[in-house]
Amino acid sequence: MSVVEQVLKGDVRAVARLLRDIDDQVPSTRSILQQLYPHTGNAYVIGITGPPGAGKSTLVDQMTAYYRKQGKTVAILAVDPTSPFSGGAILGDRIRMQRHFLDKDVFIRSLATRGHFGGITKSTHDMITVLDAMGKDIIMIETVGVGQGEVEIAECAHTTLVVTVPGLGDDIQAIKAGIMEIGNIFVVNKADREGAKKTVQELRNLLEMGKKFRMETGAGKNGWDPPVVETQAHKGIGVDTLCGEIEKHREYLTAQAPEELEQIMLKRALHQFSATLKDELFKEVIKRMEGKGLKLEDVAKKIMAKEIDPYSLSRTLIKEEFKEDA
Amino acid sequence: MSQERRLRILVAKPGLDGHDRGARVIARALRDAGFEVIYTGCHQTPEQIVQTAIQEDVDLIGLSILSGAHNYSFPRIMELLKENGADDITVIGGGIFPLEDIPRLKEIGIKEIFTPGSKLEDIVKWIRENVKPRKMDAA
Amino acid sequence: MGNKIFSESAIERIEQEYKEWLKDYEKALQKLPERLERFSTVSDMEVKPLYTPLDIKNKDYLEEIGFPGRYPFTRGVQTTMYRARLWTMRMFAGLGTAEQTNERFHYLINHGETGLSTAFDFPTLMGYDTDSPLARGECGRCGVAIDTIEDMQRLFAGINLEEVTTSMTINPPASVIWAMYIANAENEGYDRKKLGGTIQNDCLKEFIAQKTLMLPPEPSLRLVVDTVEFGTREVPRWNTISISGYHIREAGATAVQELAFTIYDGITYVEECIKRGLNVDDFAGRLSFFWNSHIDFFEEIAKMRAARRMWARIMKERFKAQKPRSMLCRFHVQTAGCSLTAQEPYNNIIRTTTEALAAILGGCQSLHTNSLDEVYMIPSEFAVRIALRTQQILADEVGVANVIDPLAGSYFVEALTDRMEEEALEYIRKLDEMGGMVAAIEKNYPQMEIADSAYRFQQQVESGEKVIIGINKFPSEIPPLEVIHIDPEIERLQIERLHQFKERRDKVKLQKALDELRKRCEGPPCWENNVMPALIEAVKAGATEQECCDVYREVFGTYTDPASF
Repeated sequence: MSVVEQVLKGDVRAVARLLRDIDDQVPSTRSILQQLYPHTGNAYVIGITGPPGAGKSTLVDQMTAYYRKQGKTVAILAVDPTSPFSGGAILGDRIRMQRHFLDKDVFIRSLATRGHFGGITKSTHDMITVLDAMGKDIIMIETVGVGQGEVEIAECAHTTLVVTVPGLGDDIQAIKAGIMEIGNIFVVNKADREGAKKTVQELRNLLEMGKKFRMETGAGKNGWDPPVVETQAHKGIGVDTLCGEIEKHREYLTAQAPEELEQIMLKRALHQFSATLKDELFKEVIKRMEGKGLKLEDVAKKIMAKEIDPYSLSRTLIKEEFKEDA
Repeated sequence: MSQERRLRILVAKPGLDGHDRGARVIARALRDAGFEVIYTGCHQTPEQIVQTAIQEDVDLIGLSILSGAHNYSFPRIMELLKENGADDITVIGGGIFPLEDIPRLKEIGIKEIFTPGSKLEDIVKWIRENVKPRKMDAA
Repeated sequence: MGNKIFSESAIERIEQEYKEWLKDYEKALQKLPERLERFSTVSDMEVKPLYTPLDIKNKDYLEEIGFPGRYPFTRGVQTTMYRARLWTMRMFAGLGTAEQTNERFHYLINHGETGLSTAFDFPTLMGYDTDSPLARGECGRCGVAIDTIEDMQRLFAGINLEEVTTSMTINPPASVIWAMYIANAENEGYDRKKLGGTIQNDCLKEFIAQKTLMLPPEPSLRLVVDTVEFGTREVPRWNTISISGYHIREAGATAVQELAFTIYDGITYVEECIKRGLNVDDFAGRLSFFWNSHIDFFEEIAKMRAARRMWARIMKERFKAQKPRSMLCRFHVQTAGCSLTAQEPYNNIIRTTTEALAAILGGCQSLHTNSLDEVYMIPSEFAVRIALRTQQILADEVGVANVIDPLAGSYFVEALTDRMEEEALEYIRKLDEMGGMVAAIEKNYPQMEIADSAYRFQQQVESGEKVIIGINKFPSEIPPLEVIHIDPEIERLQIERLHQFKERRDKVKLQKALDELRKRCEGPPCWENNVMPALIEAVKAGATEQECCDVYREVFGTYTDPASF
């Protein structure tokens, strides 16, 4: 059986291996992805982002339990940071999802950022393609959770949750600075803690301000108003409400604002295309360059020695290489 | 544009013993050696360990155990790997083992046993020499 | 502050002389340099070549050192210390079935042991019966398997429970095991008011270090307070918590971290008990501590002396305790398991001896000495006898028990005691700022501090900066050693016995008892909902350990260690 067939049949081992190959940029994965692509579009993708200690993994665990009760199949991608010093990583998110380890309809994969910024991995988009094609109903992506700048998740998720907890100090500031715009639903987890009401109120105020701004500029008059949901993930409290809000957002996207859904799909398609194109182009140019006896290291050395500058070299290479083909 | 595989390693503690000092130190050392370590910590059943190893597509499983229950959990893990067609994954153990148990554990396919006093450096070296990531086009 | 040990003029003269001496020292080093780049304790605390009155020049004797049995108890918790009564020689023991462990208890008592200490196997420690699928392969391996009140009866057969004090190392299921102990004692005709002993019952250090986890922190604390409340009213001679640094240290903490996190755990328990409405002077006298005695001799002595002074001050100043008894840091000590080597195992006798000596000079109330083969397995009779004899030789031959706190006044020991306290107080301030221990645990703070220390120590061993003979200096192979074998067959037998026991029970009575336990768990924490009376009834009606713990798990939920790095 080909890998494509195995994936479409939901073979866990084949999927696990393919995901690794995608992460490791094995060339043959391109054609596999190409064949899987037509089989995608059925999964609903949920992104979960927020600062460390917000309880994202526990929330994912509880949401998984919720969806499983509804008979839906689930895949989880959990991202942890790669050490910039060694290139290694310790991936520990799945510890909190232990009770699903033996459930055949839950697939959990831990990923390391491998130098990619933005909260997810370079491979996440393609991995979604695989998990979608293997037939998972729900795909959850838990971002690294360093707090700021984790906006890329909004390019692959239908619904993005921004999770926070009371008492992290300047957490609201951090959210304001980066990820306020990408949240479709805001979650205040550990809501039994002191200061929870204040955090909820601060979030609501910020969202209200955002809404006013939206109204004034005339964009999205009937747009989606991100709700703030309180949860106590470790006890499973508020998870039903949260999943209910996700469902409402899904209905909103499909029934009320298909243009927004289209925007998300468009963004994702664009991202996938441009990322792939950049990658392929880079590889192609380097291949050709090396074919002419120019090694990447030597080029770097020349740039370092200021014999050439990176700007003109890039332009020259592109011009030379693509003139011939055209 | 690295085209090398990164070694993926599962570090887990089977059984009910919670003494995770060794497992945590080794997880850090493996990270600092450049490997990707999936850490599932204490109280793992053989079934959980094998499912995790498969879903995470690891090259190596490192089992840490101090409770003396290895004569049950180690053979069970090896059996489950075989049943799931995943016996290409290398398995090693670390912790406290009566010397006479070691040959028996090796017989059932545990590749190496690291006993108290093992150097992190030696463990890393052993892994580099004995565990190769799955071939690039084997998917 | 008129009680300074040294006058200002004396200090001045000493200071001048010290400066001169330092010059001599530098000169001497030119000829023969120091043999190490840096001298530090096993916890990596740097030490100077020489300590003098200058290091304790502001010392106020009465305020900071004082007299044995008097505040701040730096020199000991009792007035007479070992001149009237030696520490209790309490060897941690448990293996195989209840009968096997009972046999070991009698062996130890016959060889002069003066208190009992029970080690349970992992299923018992985690609240599972031997027939649980999670317990496969574990029965009796690291301790004794106790599933039912009948096991408890077999465990203590032939032992007078009003005469011997018994320590039980049990944490999340502590209330259940204690209920079995009380119920069994009552069945045998003993009076619960006369029972003496200790349950470890320290759930916080499980989250921090040992990871025997069953319930989330909040309900875990509630059960601890239930036992303290019950003990205060019903079992007044019992130590209801043994606040433990031992496991924190074994997980890789430094001496200061062990001291600080443990004292803070103690603070948390006291706060929780006060929240329940208990009067601090009614219960604090039954709190006890448990320290590790690691390989660095002076560091351990200083740690134990600092612990007494810190706890006394905290109880008096922070909790306004009135009774001196409430201010006592009474403690058990175990020598450091993690300092032992599997290589050249007989060397472990020397390590344990040194560590035991530190515990005695540190003023312990009871002591376990590790056996030379504990890096391999549960100790053999041969090894455990040497370990017990080690204590007896130190007690009766060496003369260290003749004088109270003989190291007081040592410039080095006093200075190190001060430094332990200062650095530990720094941690305590930090934990206060974080909002207490439970909040800190949720933020992974103590866990990470310990993991960092453990990793640093390992790296120091690998670089040779810290020496372990037989491992990184004069390295040696692990030799085969005659060790004890736990027959895998006992697991089957224990399960069979358990099933027969279950058959014999009055199902209606049992269900009623378990329902009462559940009702109390579900209710708000208070005396009327204290779990202990319900547990005693339940185990008398035949409830197994797991059946009681399952009620806990169902009502309170379970907990997984987050394990950050």
